[in-house]
Amino acid sequence: MLNHRVSRVAGLLLGLALVAAAFVASVMLGTTEIAPPTFAQALMHYDPSRVAHIIIHTERLPRAVIAALVGASLAIAGALMQTMTRNPLASPGILGINAGAMFFVVIAVSLLPLHTPAEYVWAALLGALVAACLVVVLSRGRQGELSPLRVVLAGVAITAMFVSFSQGLLIIDRQSFESVLYWLAGSVSGRELSLVVPLLPLFGGALLLCALLVRHANALMLGDDMVKGLGMRAGTIKLLLGLVVILLAGSSVALAGMIGFVGLIVPHMARGLFGVDHRWLLPACALLGASLLLLADVASRFLMPPQDVPVGVMTALIGTPFFIYLARSKQA
Amino acid sequence: MPSTPAKTPRLTGEALHAGYESRRVLDGVDLAVAEGQLTVLLGPNGSGKSTLLKTLARTLTPSAGRVCLDGQDIHRRNTREVAQRLGILPQGPSAPEGLTVRQLVGMGRFPHRRLWRQDAERDARAIHAAMAYTDVAAFAERSVDALSGGQRQRCWIAMVLAQETDLILLDEPTTFLDLKVQVDLLELLSRLAHEHGRTLLLVLHDLNLAAAYADRLVMMRDGRIVTSGTPRDVFTATHLKGVFDLDARVLEDPETGSPICVPTPRRGARPSARPASPTVDRRCIS
Repeated sequence: MLNHRVSRVAGLLLGLALVAAAFVASVMLGTTEIAPPTFAQALMHYDPSRVAHIIIHTERLPRAVIAALVGASLAIAGALMQTMTRNPLASPGILGINAGAMFFVVIAVSLLPLHTPAEYVWAALLGALVAACLVVVLSRGRQGELSPLRVVLAGVAITAMFVSFSQGLLIIDRQSFESVLYWLAGSVSGRELSLVVPLLPLFGGALLLCALLVRHANALMLGDDMVKGLGMRAGTIKLLLGLVVILLAGSSVALAGMIGFVGLIVPHMARGLFGVDHRWLLPACALLGASLLLLADVASRFLMPPQDVPVGVMTALIGTPFFIYLARSKQA
Repeated sequence: MPSTPAKTPRLTGEALHAGYESRRVLDGVDLAVAEGQLTVLLGPNGSGKSTLLKTLARTLTPSAGRVCLDGQDIHRRNTREVAQRLGILPQGPSAPEGLTVRQLVGMGRFPHRRLWRQDAERDARAIHAAMAYTDVAAFAERSVDALSGGQRQRCWIAMVLAQETDLILLDEPTTFLDLKVQVDLLELLSRLAHEHGRTLLLVLHDLNLAAAYADRLVMMRDGRIVTSGTPRDVFTATHLKGVFDLDARVLEDPETGSPICVPTPRRGARPSARPASPTVDRRCIS
């Protein structure tokens, strides 16, 4: 673990370099390879008559931006959920938040006339909220505490429910087949940058709120009684952090569908490197989450060319072995 | 025991009723926590001592009655201001894996911090002093969960000390620790009261340790206070029988004069070869 401030700062800078490298790789690599000078040119002097420039602007750049944004958001949401529930298995994927958002998006897209992320992101946020409320209600104990086991059971059940509802829509409405598959598997491709921009205030707002609550999140690790003894309101803190989680996970699903494992694994990686203090943990989650999803997306282009494997499948492929390693090394 | 001049108690409970869900635990409790002294709450399991501590610490809201801190209802005061005067250590606190001792102790500074105003130097001083006093500075950078039970408990006490409050409430701070560790902790806590003028209220399970270290004992049963006073006054065979339903003789420590209880085994449970000896043993634990 990086114990000293200097080594932690160095670690975060390395993380930043990793994100930058992964971002450049994501823009350059693929069926059409793009040389670095072309990339620079396309950014500085966009020329719509050149194919490479068009590819960069309409495909590669938005893809990299979405991967970085979604990876960072899911990782931060996962870390916050693990802190709030005091449960290492919590993540937006496992506790059903992503599935709830996804189901509401699928309904919005196939049954309602909502077509751009800016329009159906509200459905995603509502779905995330509904799923979060369901998990809390189902796993509440007698004195209002969330039992670690019940939280996970409730989350898995709710995930299964929303996923099967979405699959049910396939049968009712065959035309939405493509879109439902897109949301189920999760993908960062096929969007234009202009569609991403309207969602940025949501991500920005969530991150700002999160930054204000870092120390409170730290205290939450000590348990509710201790939090109260230190002069804070545990309920209010959890409500506000829950809002952060819903904003981050809901907006991420609206952009990229259900992408699992990032929210579960990255917080553990970040904790292993930077410790449990949220002032270091959350930036580390953002950087590692962004890098992981960027790299997973790059790798997905080479697994079965010329087809893209859904990035959600890639994160599972990369994430599972790492997670098993992590679980085993902790026991030793 | 040096007699301290009586000061007006800052923390009082008046006609407290409290409980969980439908189960009522506290049934009209009045208590004034003696200033600058170490008070111990004693009572059998389920007698309401932890509930009383939590109610006094405002982590539990009473259904009737009120808790006053410096003359004001504690539940109506700003919780952060209360936290600057009153610190609490709940029963069996658990630190997340990987949290270092220094980080844990630092969290005690929370009530003194504001987003826009932080006195880093004062924080550092308080953290340093708390770690030195509890003797945990040597493993400041280690993970709390990797330490032994006694070391861990000292870290938690350091956290509460870093909060720099005059009143400190601790719920069973010595449970599950070795006798020697328990004694060390109680020495540390009683020095806090006697040398640093802090007011301490503890829930303890070990009767003899309570009698040895407390300035005042408060004995509870069925949600009421049965008796309270100095150990010499209230630690009697009659009260032990009445409060704990414990048959015991109370002797006097020839050196310190503090009372000691020795349970009297019933006929048949007594080892046959030896006569009952006045050795203090852990059977005294309620």
